[in-house]
Amino acid sequence: MKLIFERSVPGRKTEYIPLPDVPCPEPEFERRGTKLRLPELSEVQVDRHYTELAGETRGVNGGFYPLGSCTMKYNPPMAEVCAALPGFADVHPLQTDESIQGCLEVMDMTERILAEITGMDAMTLQPAAGAHGEFTGLLLIKAFHRSRGDTLRRKILVPDSAHGTNPASAAMAGFEVVNIPSDSRGYVDLEELKKRLGPDTAGLMLTNPNTVGLFDPQISEITRAVHEAGGLNYYDGANLNAIMGIVRPGDMGFDVVHVNLHKTFATPHGGGGPGSGPVGCKAFLSDFLPGFRVRGEKELKRENAASRIGDVRSFGGNFTVVVKALAYLLSIGREGVPRTASNAVLNANYLMHRLRDVYPMAFDQTCMHEFVITLEKLREETGVSAMDIAKTLIDYGMHPPTMYCPLIVHEALMVEPTETESRETLDAAADAFRDALEQARLHPEEGHLRPLTTRIRRPDEVRAARKPVIRYDFGD
Amino acid sequence: MSIYVPNTDREQQEMLEACGFQSFDDLYALIPEELKRKEALDIPEGKPEMEVRQLLQEMAGKNRVYASVFRGAGAYRHFIPAIVGSVTGKEEFRTAYTPYQAEISQGLLQSIFEYQTDICELTGLAASNAGVYDGATAAAEACEMCRDRKRSKALVSASVDPKILSVVRTYAFGRDAEVVLIPERDGVTDLDALQGMLDDATACVLIQQPNYYGCEENAARTAEIAHSAGAKLIMSCNPIALAVMKTPGECGADIAVGEGQPLGMPLQFGGPYLGFMAADEKMTRRLPGRIVGETTDMNGERCYVLTMQAREQHIRREKAGSNICSNEALCALTAAVYLAAMGPEGLRSVALSCHANAHYLRNALSQAGLRPLHDRPFFHEFVTQADRAELVPEILQALDREGILGGLDLGEGRMLWCATEMNRRASMDKAAQIVKEVLCR
Ligand SMILES: Cc1ncc(COP(=O)(O)O)c(C=O)c1O
Repeated sequence: MKLIFERSVPGRKTEYIPLPDVPCPEPEFERRGTKLRLPELSEVQVDRHYTELAGETRGVNGGFYPLGSCTMKYNPPMAEVCAALPGFADVHPLQTDESIQGCLEVMDMTERILAEITGMDAMTLQPAAGAHGEFTGLLLIKAFHRSRGDTLRRKILVPDSAHGTNPASAAMAGFEVVNIPSDSRGYVDLEELKKRLGPDTAGLMLTNPNTVGLFDPQISEITRAVHEAGGLNYYDGANLNAIMGIVRPGDMGFDVVHVNLHKTFATPHGGGGPGSGPVGCKAFLSDFLPGFRVRGEKELKRENAASRIGDVRSFGGNFTVVVKALAYLLSIGREGVPRTASNAVLNANYLMHRLRDVYPMAFDQTCMHEFVITLEKLREETGVSAMDIAKTLIDYGMHPPTMYCPLIVHEALMVEPTETESRETLDAAADAFRDALEQARLHPEEGHLRPLTTRIRRPDEVRAARKPVIRYDFGD
Repeated sequence: MSIYVPNTDREQQEMLEACGFQSFDDLYALIPEELKRKEALDIPEGKPEMEVRQLLQEMAGKNRVYASVFRGAGAYRHFIPAIVGSVTGKEEFRTAYTPYQAEISQGLLQSIFEYQTDICELTGLAASNAGVYDGATAAAEACEMCRDRKRSKALVSASVDPKILSVVRTYAFGRDAEVVLIPERDGVTDLDALQGMLDDATACVLIQQPNYYGCEENAARTAEIAHSAGAKLIMSCNPIALAVMKTPGECGADIAVGEGQPLGMPLQFGGPYLGFMAADEKMTRRLPGRIVGETTDMNGERCYVLTMQAREQHIRREKAGSNICSNEALCALTAAVYLAAMGPEGLRSVALSCHANAHYLRNALSQAGLRPLHDRPFFHEFVTQADRAELVPEILQALDREGILGGLDLGEGRMLWCATEMNRRASMDKAAQIVKEVLCR
């Protein structure tokens, strides 16, 4: 495919705006001397270029996308229509409260629903993604300990199976990261956890169901132990889709949570964002929440919390993502929330069940919304890796599962089908998985070459990283 | 209620049984009974699409949308060609995840590579990432890029948008790093004061171009001063202004960041927006987040991949420079499509149109009795001073009644105004007339 710069023809353009109808004074500021080499194209070229690029991009709309931990569920178009309403799209964030009652109502209602689902007392919608929510939540914990003069609590405990953003967020919030090993069942090793708790414990970060797709039944004991040591419990809501409406983080002993609207609440991922990572907390932390709080009954208004940690981004957050999530929540509603969760769990168990006789499961038991396959043995026997199998699935028209995650499982494939897939899609996927494995055993050498059907074959990533070329070379 | 679960109750039951379960309860057998929710959630019941859309339409109807907007201060109303929404609405772009699987994500990867090139062109710097959450977090991440064991302090000009400052401070609170304000003099950074503030603990100096008050900063001089003390210069820039103003590269800045919203994103009450980040070659590997690089596949075909991932959280975990994972990819695509549609000529005419309108508006307001506060080169924003501060709310209300969103009240009779290509002479004359009537009352 040509780069857009390679399609550029000097002089090609479309006029979108009229000339000013006022005098045009010569700018007094210092002018740029460097040529601005943006592409010069007719509009039809722009359109065709991106149509071509879209043709080489895979979205959930195009088919099964069982990317573990990412909750790639269907993104209803009706939510897009709601977000695009001019009454939302054309509102300036610095208008008066009185002129944005509708936006504040959206935020207030979303906050209340999310607080109820997570079992929290207060929410902020300011964080722009999951990792951003983690950072925000950890700053609440930091501010809380500081406010009590408890400056020795510098350690955050993180299970070794945690997503990379967890330890990275803890470091950004100024904490030292202490890893907690998992036991042979995939749960938090309770004894090891207790050994690491002490007067320097600021808190624990956990997702439950955890990153291997299991609900840790010791959860109350875990959170209690952390509380007894004076720490707080942070819940990474990336996996909330499995349990919403069934059990609430707030009832499991968590003090702070973030949720991912772009996972659990069906807002599209946009090829890597925009997401939204609202953070909820128990009442005793709410004075630290960032951004503005929505207050009032009839007349809603924006107010800053008493000891807020500041802002984690400008304005109130990814507002139209919030609109989409609210549209989804109003649509599925009270009955739909738990039904969504239980069907996500059912679909995962169904697919796992269809695979478990040939694919070794890292933890072979009832899973939650996702399950983890380990291909360590296959690799030993045939040399075919988890990546090879993932790439083979591309040849079956499927988006591969998440590879090599979590790090504690060797040759891992993490599969999350979500509730929006039908039985026949799951059956077809199971057939593809099984066939891929058979092909791998029959022709292991071919496994390393897959995918065979795509225009681009496996890229040379080492070369990309060693001598990075990260922008177009205009040849001068 | 629509719940987007395709399988019928009967199919669900069959699937449960196929797995050896009797009911959904069996799936959750491991969850301790006492934790499970006994009663239904206290949230609204599910509704069909028609009702949901009516409800949201009602809420949208409670917001005021202004025919004329003269307010910017970090969020700008520009014209958005229809092609932008048409491209970014394509389902493949809209519903894809981060392009982890390069073989089936070449379109998305290439679009990011093209976006990175655009940002390098705009800023005159060598390396761009795939974007971060917004302009303010971009500035905060840039400060983090400059910090090391010895140098951790950030000096931030008082003429930087207070929202950016607030986010820089929050991120610094996380890292236990110091942020010190450089005073402002006559609407710009006080460079004499800056000279005296730099020390060998200073990691960086952050200025905004044009600054919060719309004025041009002497960025090249600021770069010299910062560099002479071993500190880096970060410039937070308006991307439309970059089409015509001296670039961060030309000024000697080490990092350029900014709010990408003006590049094709609607105001949408503050987000989603886009933080763009570009850096000098030497700092490439300190950039946070996704970066797309060119390489070849096993057949020697040119292709694109996520690269230099050893910087990122999924590899480095607590040692990563940033925790960012999902960014604002669709907004970066929006910016790239906007720039492709506009082209270099088009972007320049948007910039010059903003400039011309802002100068006309300033004159008109000045004649109406709102004195310009600063006498400096400016781009599309400026501050006025009302002699009677108590009239500012009245001015804003009078404008509001006519469907005009006036300048932002900065207190003490000062107002921050903005004009873009969307404002035409008639609406500016009308605004000035309304202001005059209030002041002459
Ligand atoms: C368990 C977990 N935590 C956190 C994140 C980070 O979320 P985001 O990409 O929205 O920042 C992810 C994303 O994949 C995740 O799977």
